[in-house]
Amino acid sequence: MSKALLYDSTICIGCKQCESACAQQNKLPYDDEVAAEPVQSEHKYTVVLAKSDKFMRRLCMHCEHPACASACPVGAMHKTKEGPVVYDVWKCIGCRYCMVACAFAQPKYEWRSLNPRVRKCIMCPDRVLAGKQTACAEICPTGATKFGERDDLIKEAQDRIRQNPSNYVPRIYGLNEVGGTCVLILSNVNVEEYGYPASAKIGDTPMPEYTGRVMSRIPDFIPVWTLVLGGIYWVSHRREEVAAAEAEEKNGSAR
Amino acid sequence: MKFKLTFWRVVFIVIMGLGLYSTFIRFFYGLGAVSNMSDQFPWGLWIGFDLLCGVMLAAGGFCIVGAVYLFNVERLHSVMRPAVLTAFLGYVLFIVGLLFDLGRPWYIWHQLIYMNPHSVMFEVGICVMAYTTVLFFEFLPNVLERFNLKTPIKWIKKIYAVLVVLGILLSTLHQSSLGSLYLIMPSKLHPFWYTPALPFLFFGSAIAVGLAMTIFESTQSAKAFGRHLELPVLVELGGALLVALWVNALLRFEDYFHRGMLGQIVKPSYEAYFLWLELALAFVIPIAMLSFKKVRLSPNGLYLASICTVLGFITNRLNVSLTGFETYVGHHYMPKWTEFSVTLMIIAVGFALFGLAVKYLPIFPEERHAVKQRLRTETGPVVATAVLGHAGD
Repeated sequence: MSKALLYDSTICIGCKQCESACAQQNKLPYDDEVAAEPVQSEHKYTVVLAKSDKFMRRLCMHCEHPACASACPVGAMHKTKEGPVVYDVWKCIGCRYCMVACAFAQPKYEWRSLNPRVRKCIMCPDRVLAGKQTACAEICPTGATKFGERDDLIKEAQDRIRQNPSNYVPRIYGLNEVGGTCVLILSNVNVEEYGYPASAKIGDTPMPEYTGRVMSRIPDFIPVWTLVLGGIYWVSHRREEVAAAEAEEKNGSAR
Repeated sequence: MKFKLTFWRVVFIVIMGLGLYSTFIRFFYGLGAVSNMSDQFPWGLWIGFDLLCGVMLAAGGFCIVGAVYLFNVERLHSVMRPAVLTAFLGYVLFIVGLLFDLGRPWYIWHQLIYMNPHSVMFEVGICVMAYTTVLFFEFLPNVLERFNLKTPIKWIKKIYAVLVVLGILLSTLHQSSLGSLYLIMPSKLHPFWYTPALPFLFFGSAIAVGLAMTIFESTQSAKAFGRHLELPVLVELGGALLVALWVNALLRFEDYFHRGMLGQIVKPSYEAYFLWLELALAFVIPIAMLSFKKVRLSPNGLYLASICTVLGFITNRLNVSLTGFETYVGHHYMPKWTEFSVTLMIIAVGFALFGLAVKYLPIFPEERHAVKQRLRTETGPVVATAVLGHAGD
């Protein structure tokens, strides 16, 4: 059972307290200037976007099958059994494959640093392990960001849509996208308008499967290909040896 | 010896100067200061060119070694040493290039201890490290021969079969895996270039470019070092290149056909222009050229066709790694001049090292002969030259 966040944009009032709580939790600078930045960055893991009177939050989706964790050559990204996708900076070599691999473009980079780290929401793993909510869920004054068991939150989201169908686009974004995510989104507008990738585009297949199909064949490929190459080598050189031996024989009989 | 300032030496010095300045910026001000990479474009020229193209351009090593040792194509013996030298230099320099691109290059060795077997990048990293080691041993006899060290040459000769098989195995794995790297981003990479066939296409193009590069560097060395050009060898390579290009073209066509893309690739669009450029340079022009016997038999024709092929596949890999992401990201990426200058510096160092190696090591047949002669008069018969199996030179 993994923990998850349910974000319901219809309840969100755009107060940005989640942003500031997140910054505090992760010891990031936060002031009016940062609050006004409408993009995520290495110093802003989550952002509340506003369009007219409607709001939308963006943060790491904490995929059930994260592309970043599968892509990382040194396993610096990994999915914990509690749900959060976390990052071990001391392993990271800085190849940035996680950033390229992520369908939600969540990992950001400290481009100006001489010892740069990948930065993204890690779903407050210390708090989650201690049985507490994430900082953003705890501070949310309206309950727009809610923390809980993923299964419970899915049920709750389905109930909300059922009870108030006119209020919602009838889908839970993150339920099945890329094999399911631990951030679930309810909304009355299409989340795609706020920069989320379209469900149809990313599909329901976990991203690691696309590379897994090839990678899983390698353990079989290595011995087979080695035998084939070794075999060809042996045959072509055996031919040479035989030819040499025959030539010698001929020479011998001639003498 | 007096140092003469020739045109190319001035060019070299300028490139090195700018490159060193960029190196300073890279390691004292960071990746953000030296490049136009960003959170939207985390991979830029250094991955697109230095990694993807660099490894492809060094593919001649395994192609020629494979032809000579696996299939006993004796005629190609004379180009094997330069091909192995190019490959060895290529891989070493590519690793140097990687040190610029990695955010924390001092942890590159983590690759060896924190292994993630699901990661394509891990596989590429391990294979490249291992293959560079193999290339080192394939190249080593050149140096040993120069100093007439017979015993270690005998050892290498004993394990040469293992080196050959291992080298080709590792090359197959990582040349194709460079394509697999992009399989994890079906929603980001433009459908012109995203295909489940990427690993096959990358492996196929590595072979075509390996052959083209061997033609190119043989001709180029002949010009630069005033060497006799072995036309029959080039003709042989040209024929193989034509076949490789046809196979690649067929693979590309099949891929577009099965994915129902044929209608889209002929429609003009930003991506289509780049695709057309790529297809023209990599397939249409060189295949058309090489189809004429006259071209296949002329050193200049072969030289031009091979340059065209190389440029075509470089365009292909830059399209996969850069052009193909521009629509997804929503803006263009143009490398900063400092990014170009680091890449140029690495290439320049490669050329310089190649020149030095040719000057001081028995890389080309005549040279080997001369060394053999010299050593014979000095130290008696030399077994060393037999090592790479070219006793018949």
